[in-house]
Amino acid sequence: MIEFQNVSFAYEKDRYVIRDLSFRIEKGESVGLIGANGAGKSTVMKLILGLLQGEGKILVDGTEVRKETLGVIRRKLGFVLQNSDNQMFMPTVYEDMIFAPLNYMMSHEEADRRVDEVLARLHLEDLKYRYNHKISGGEKRMAAIATILAMEPDAILMDEPTSALDPYNRRIVINTIRELSQTKLITSHDLDMILDTCGRVILLSGGRIAADGPAEKILKDRALLEANRMELPLSLMGRM
Amino acid sequence: MNKMQKALHELSEMDELAARSTPLHALHPAAKLITTIAYILVTLSFNKYDLSGLVPMVLWPVLLFQISDTDVRSCFYKLRIVLPLVMAVGLFNPFFDREIILRVGSVGVSGGVVSMITLMLKGLFCLMASFLLMATTKIDNLCAALRSMHFPSMLTSLLLLTYRYVGVMTEELAVMTEAYHLRAPGQKGIHISAWGSFLGQLLLRSMDRAQELYSSMRLRGYHQHFHFAANRPFNGRDALYAACCILFFLLLRFISISQLLGGLFVR
Ligand SMILES: Nc1ncnc2c1ncn2[C@@H]1O[C@H](COP(=O)(O)OP(=O)(O)O)[C@@H](O)[C@H]1O
Ligand SMILES: [Mg+2]
Repeated sequence: MIEFQNVSFAYEKDRYVIRDLSFRIEKGESVGLIGANGAGKSTVMKLILGLLQGEGKILVDGTEVRKETLGVIRRKLGFVLQNSDNQMFMPTVYEDMIFAPLNYMMSHEEADRRVDEVLARLHLEDLKYRYNHKISGGEKRMAAIATILAMEPDAILMDEPTSALDPYNRRIVINTIRELSQTKLITSHDLDMILDTCGRVILLSGGRIAADGPAEKILKDRALLEANRMELPLSLMGRM
Repeated sequence: MNKMQKALHELSEMDELAARSTPLHALHPAAKLITTIAYILVTLSFNKYDLSGLVPMVLWPVLLFQISDTDVRSCFYKLRIVLPLVMAVGLFNPFFDREIILRVGSVGVSGGVVSMITLMLKGLFCLMASFLLMATTKIDNLCAALRSMHFPSMLTSLLLLTYRYVGVMTEELAVMTEAYHLRAPGQKGIHISAWGSFLGQLLLRSMDRAQELYSSMRLRGYHQHFHFAANRPFNGRDALYAACCILFFLLLRFISISQLLGGLFVR
């Protein structure tokens, strides 16, 4: 579904933050992208979405990410931003949710139907007509996920979906992610969440892949994680 | 809540006011837009000394406040910043135009004073009318109405983006003033020495956020123009409303109510 072929990227000349990166994510896979602050996780997401252009080749569903293909590619991808405040910009949750469907020339009735269906699936019916500035951080994150699901994307990218959430809301978000059948790429420092939601983990370090494999295996490797300024997931600590 | 957060709250309150359902909200946005523009044009067309002709124009906004169940105080509260600016326009008239044109008892009133009051009222009335339009019509619907009147899509999208962007900027301002005051306790306002860096930061931060917002819109299929939900068709009731209002304005403009009333009592 998503493939990187020798991708490099620098924000400033010659200061590469992504170096010769290659990996492949199959359809239906759930992949956790982990790494220290500044390792390049968000940059990888922006490259996939075509918000940044680097060297090398990126394929989404077999199509190369290029200026001309952005329309087709973005339609297949749903991106949940790290900061939901920057994602929800319409007055109400409902208006935000129909934004993408209407842009994709869907009829109003069809968009409404999708909104109701997604809200029911996430048990968020109460949020529909709420004002974005009057809902809590946790509700806003859930609403942001709902707006993306209303697009019915083939793959979902989430940048730190559990950051700044309290344990209760964090649990709700995790359960929601687990239920999604789409291809998923999730960045986070919350390794317990990654363990709960992803079968595979890619560990980035200085813009390169430091490890790639089953979540159970990589997240158990204390030495590897500590070398990358991370700690074992709490749930695995007892088992060591 | 600090001052800025309050300002932000007020801004989003307009969205909420506009989302209520009253007979006025139910009217077609185009009908309300046309009548508001007509009202403003008629109000501005009064002669600068025609105070007695202008005053009855207040009837329309007063009526709308009633029908739309909008709090007059909230109007004045929200307009408190622009109102003085608009009203200040006529402030110098009394100094230039000293000819006495009216006598109240033994006190002579100069033309400058009359024209000052007229100008102030014109400003006030126009602001009230605009406020009522915004308080009874969602910005999206208004833009959709403009679109259907063949207003360029670029402009309506720009209008909407600006409307939303002001919110983003206020939000950043709220966060920054808070951070500033935490480090400068007991200080009122922001010290002049910090203005430069403060404004620079504000611009950068709100640009960053605007950039993110814009990316998020593009990622969801936004392409240069908004797909406003189409308004329902303009019906007979909307036309009747617009026609009645405009007729009412013209009556007020060309038939002097005060003279009519005066005529009733002076026989
Ligand atoms: N807009 C930018 N301009 C310049 N450098 C940037 C920009 N955004 C991120 N960087 C740098 O790129 C590197 C990777 O950033 P990022 O992908 O955001 O890391 P992560 O999401 O893993 O924390 C960091 O060193 C960061 O300082
Ligand atoms: Mg990041």
